[in-house]
Amino acid sequence: MTPQDREEMEKRQKSRNLVLGGTLLFFVVLFYAITIVRIGD
Amino acid sequence: MTTGVTTPAAPASAQALPADWRDFYALTKPGVLRLVIFTGLCGLLAAPGSIHPVIGFTAILAIAMGAGGAAVLNQWWEADIDAKMKRTADRPLPTGRIQRVDARDFGIGLSGASVMIMGVAVGWLAAAILAVSIVYYAVIYTMWLKPRTPQNIVIGGGAGAFPPMIGWVAVTGDVTLMPVLLFAIIFFWTPPHFWALALFVKMDYSNAGIPMMPVVAGEKSTRRQIIAYSALMVPLSVSPWFIGGAGAIYGIAALALTLAFFALSLPVGLRESVEGDAMKPEKRLFAYSIVYLFALFGVLVVDRFAAAQGWIG
Repeated sequence: MTPQDREEMEKRQKSRNLVLGGTLLFFVVLFYAITIVRIGD
Repeated sequence: MTTGVTTPAAPASAQALPADWRDFYALTKPGVLRLVIFTGLCGLLAAPGSIHPVIGFTAILAIAMGAGGAAVLNQWWEADIDAKMKRTADRPLPTGRIQRVDARDFGIGLSGASVMIMGVAVGWLAAAILAVSIVYYAVIYTMWLKPRTPQNIVIGGGAGAFPPMIGWVAVTGDVTLMPVLLFAIIFFWTPPHFWALALFVKMDYSNAGIPMMPVVAGEKSTRRQIIAYSALMVPLSVSPWFIGGAGAIYGIAALALTLAFFALSLPVGLRESVEGDAMKPEKRLFAYSIVYLFALFGVLVVDRFAAAQGWIG
């Protein structure tokens, strides 16, 4: 693997981790909101 | 399970690198998702009753995730066919930017999660219809009908017709005639919409061995059927007005929009293409059919909003 490939791989891994983390955070907030709404019912 | 095909060899550099998240996003067919989200939202907004904004948002999210998951499974199964067609050859799977097994797992995960979220947060009837729509598209249409019959689009069109019904059921919790009519409108809209496209990309389908109507039954038969389905759309599109599910704003707009649809189908249905044909009437009908569906469902929401405000009966 060339240094350019390694750099590209690390860039992709970082962006994937960020997107995955953001998605998980989004679902945590969403399920919290759903729970609050359902308790209110 | 095997699809009986092999994924085209990817460039060495593409195989060594992990897939970019944008490639996973592209697998969900974001262009199609826009129409799915819009019609699902319209079904939700037009339904009688109310839904908490958070639950409504979750319902639309689940519809989008389910449609996205089904689209991923569709591309996982058809990677070899996509590689043969100019229109789809640069998708993430044919180019090797994503491994086939990763796409399959992503599609199953997204589909399963969408049904669970819909069931837990919104309701299990809406979740059951969502599950049926995913199986309908990914299995019945993609794996079974599409490679076997030129009627694939007619029957498979049902897959895209579910979102407004699911949006409606998310609010009301039951299936009545109105969501069935919304389903039927998209069901009968799909063949003329898709065959208009198939007419100007006929060679692509022919090369890929897909029995699309223009390839199997010929152009003449396809063109006649486009007129027939477009004519059927006229009474069907105004039927929500007749049964009292929508008011005059919707009824008059639906009639005008669908008559225009029918008028545009006539030059497509009554002509024959020649060598080097630019296929302008077909491209015009295809473009209008997309605008038509957005406008028809948009005006339904406007109509129901006006009724809720007491502006119309």
